[in-house]
Amino acid sequence: MIRVLLFADLQEKAGIREIEISAEKLTINGIREHIMELYPQLTAIKTAMPAVNEEYAEGEQVVKAGDIVAFIPPVSGG
Amino acid sequence: MAETSNFLITETVIDIQEVVNKVTDRNAGAINTFIGTVRELTKGKKTLYLKYDAYVPMAEKKLAQIGDEIQKDFPEAKVAITHRIGELAISDIAVVIAVSTPHRADAFTASRYAIERIKEIVPIWKKEHWEDGEEWIGDQLEKVAYPSGKPEEGDLKS
Repeated sequence: MIRVLLFADLQEKAGIREIEISAEKLTINGIREHIMELYPQLTAIKTAMPAVNEEYAEGEQVVKAGDIVAFIPPVSGG
Repeated sequence: MAETSNFLITETVIDIQEVVNKVTDRNAGAINTFIGTVRELTKGKKTLYLKYDAYVPMAEKKLAQIGDEIQKDFPEAKVAITHRIGELAISDIAVVIAVSTPHRADAFTASRYAIERIKEIVPIWKKEHWEDGEEWIGDQLEKVAYPSGKPEEGDLKS
């Protein structure tokens, strides 16, 4: 199981903050495609910055069961 | 009970003095504080209130990373940052940064660096609510955020 977190605009458009994907291994780009199939309205996920286990990551990175993947839209703190 | 970490996301009102106390140091000759507040007018549009959300554990890690980056440049600096999330009214305090250093120039430089860096790498988002709508705000640096789909190389020195 890979946990996927959505925030801000992505969360609102999906209507959900957390998705679980039953897979042992996937690339982040693979996860993106999977989520786009489930939620075609989440086009902004293409440009959201991925993070794995609370650290920024690249789309080619492979994640495994137990990892937490987050998609970070452009930030606006401060 | 007072929080002990220097880098916090909180859902409650920020106590400025508490943030300042975390960087108080006998070798400091200056403590610089930056207080970020909720502005009513943005490009002529009237905000009623703001809502902040965060990926809390990662946001606290990235605030701590900003502290580490400052200490690379100013080894004697002490840094504390608290950012509030949830619903905030106009003039509420959203973020407090405190930096102490032996000499004042470094404290000014470092606190400026901290607020600019928050807007680059810390996963916090604000949603502006107006009379006629609402929107999650990105792109606060007034340039396209993450044009390549990710922060630039220099944004990620971890």
